[in-house]
Amino acid sequence: MKPRFGSANRQHMNMLVPDSGQAEAGLVRSARSSSQPVIIAASHSWGGRAASAVQDLRESLRLWPLVWTLSLFDIRLRYRGSLLGPFWLTMSTAVMIGAIGFVYSRLFHQDVAAYLPFLAVSLVLWNFINMITAEGATCFSASADMIRSQRMAHTVHPARVVVRNLLVLAHNLAVIVVVFIIYPPHLTWSLLSELPALALWALDASAVALLLGLVGARYRDVPPIVGSVMQIAFYVTPIMWSPAMLMNRGLGLSLALIKMNPFYGLLQIVRGPLLGQPVDASAWTNALCYSVFLVLMSFLLFVRARPRIPYWV
Amino acid sequence: MGQDAKHRLTVEALRNVSFALNTGDRLGFIGSNGAGKTTLLRTMAGIYEPVAGRMVIDGVVTALLDPGQGMNFDLTGNENIRMRALYNGYTDAQIKHLLEDVAQFSELGDFLSLPVRTYSSGMIVRLGFALATAIHPQILLMDEWILAGDAAFLGRARERLETMVGSAEILVLSSHNPAILMQWCNRLIWMEGGRVHADGTPVEILAAYLPPDQFEQAKAAAAHAMAAA
Repeated sequence: MKPRFGSANRQHMNMLVPDSGQAEAGLVRSARSSSQPVIIAASHSWGGRAASAVQDLRESLRLWPLVWTLSLFDIRLRYRGSLLGPFWLTMSTAVMIGAIGFVYSRLFHQDVAAYLPFLAVSLVLWNFINMITAEGATCFSASADMIRSQRMAHTVHPARVVVRNLLVLAHNLAVIVVVFIIYPPHLTWSLLSELPALALWALDASAVALLLGLVGARYRDVPPIVGSVMQIAFYVTPIMWSPAMLMNRGLGLSLALIKMNPFYGLLQIVRGPLLGQPVDASAWTNALCYSVFLVLMSFLLFVRARPRIPYWV
Repeated sequence: MGQDAKHRLTVEALRNVSFALNTGDRLGFIGSNGAGKTTLLRTMAGIYEPVAGRMVIDGVVTALLDPGQGMNFDLTGNENIRMRALYNGYTDAQIKHLLEDVAQFSELGDFLSLPVRTYSSGMIVRLGFALATAIHPQILLMDEWILAGDAAFLGRARERLETMVGSAEILVLSSHNPAILMQWCNRLIWMEGGRVHADGTPVEILAAYLPPDQFEQAKAAAAHAMAAA
């Protein structure tokens, strides 16, 4: 198949876009480097496919205003016509944390002053992880119309899921702030480790959304499976309970198992410093190991599956 | 249609399709349902990447493949225009210009502040067409839904396309309407079973494709429309 378009005369173009002739996302690079035509070819080599995948990633970085606006509209649309708007997110999180906090602090024989900040941080963070996996698994199939209407960078879709949920996370932070005002934590210099920790979270969230989105576009059983797995993960991960509670009850043996949990490390590197704990080296090791694995898997799958996405959605 | 090694159903939508288009070409695709016209348009737009073979595209491509065009129907017309501008990496000044241009051509007026889902199908077509052509593509790919516009709109759409094609650009149109193809195209490709069945001038191809009485009818309709325009 070799449709070949002759070189159109760019001088005659009454383009709205002044700098050369960029209009279509995927075709911009050619327009910019002027005389270079775009070649879309079937590639069966890993090198060629990896280059296209990297180009796709670069393209979505360039399109960040689009990703930002898409995410903003998503949140706005969800609450269009409601008085409280996105602050319903904050409200519902606050009510849940309040209710669970008072019941479970009794159940676990914990002091509310110590338990509530722990629970608030844990639940807000878990909510983010949970939404990223749930919405990530449908990130391509939910944007099928967009994908089939014009050529654009595919990584825009997982990026949109991540940015949208970072915005939700920002709304939920208000709950943590209120809890911290009522029960002030003892913050230390370990708080500085939040910066690299949050950067790692953003990276991992993008990788998870991309990975699950690809698998979920091909196999539609994936979104419900992800839902059930995350449900189980919620109970076996220290979110409502802390490993320290297990230790107190003489269940220290299962601590080793807890530390193998991929979610534990990630949660701990963000949660620990917020609760005034020192930087936890073993949690960081755990988080970094899983992250490297995750990012690698996600990228390799993207390289392999990228050309198939429009056929799957 | 066939089966692969694992007995999964596979579809080979296009095969042995090879052609070149040059500045000023107005190509039409004709063929029965499932002949591969839309798939070929999607491939030319760079949406479907080929499993074998390659395409060389020199110029900015815009595709009007379905009226919705990836618009979010819950957003207002203006928000959708803004979104499209962002896809293309526009600056604020360019977005403002685009908003004005689309509003002026689509004649949707205050409807642009309402969600697109409240529009009639004709209004959606008008918005989609105005949006796609406001971007001034060098290569415009269109599927037949454009015919959903009312007669007055069709006339203006044609005018706008004519200026675009006139300024050295390429139009590719897929349609079942022979009169439209005869008016707008200077070359036709007859697709059949995913292959190029015939390639030539509209009159040549349509004479072979249509039964004689329908061909005469289409010729008369096209002549009439040309005279009216």
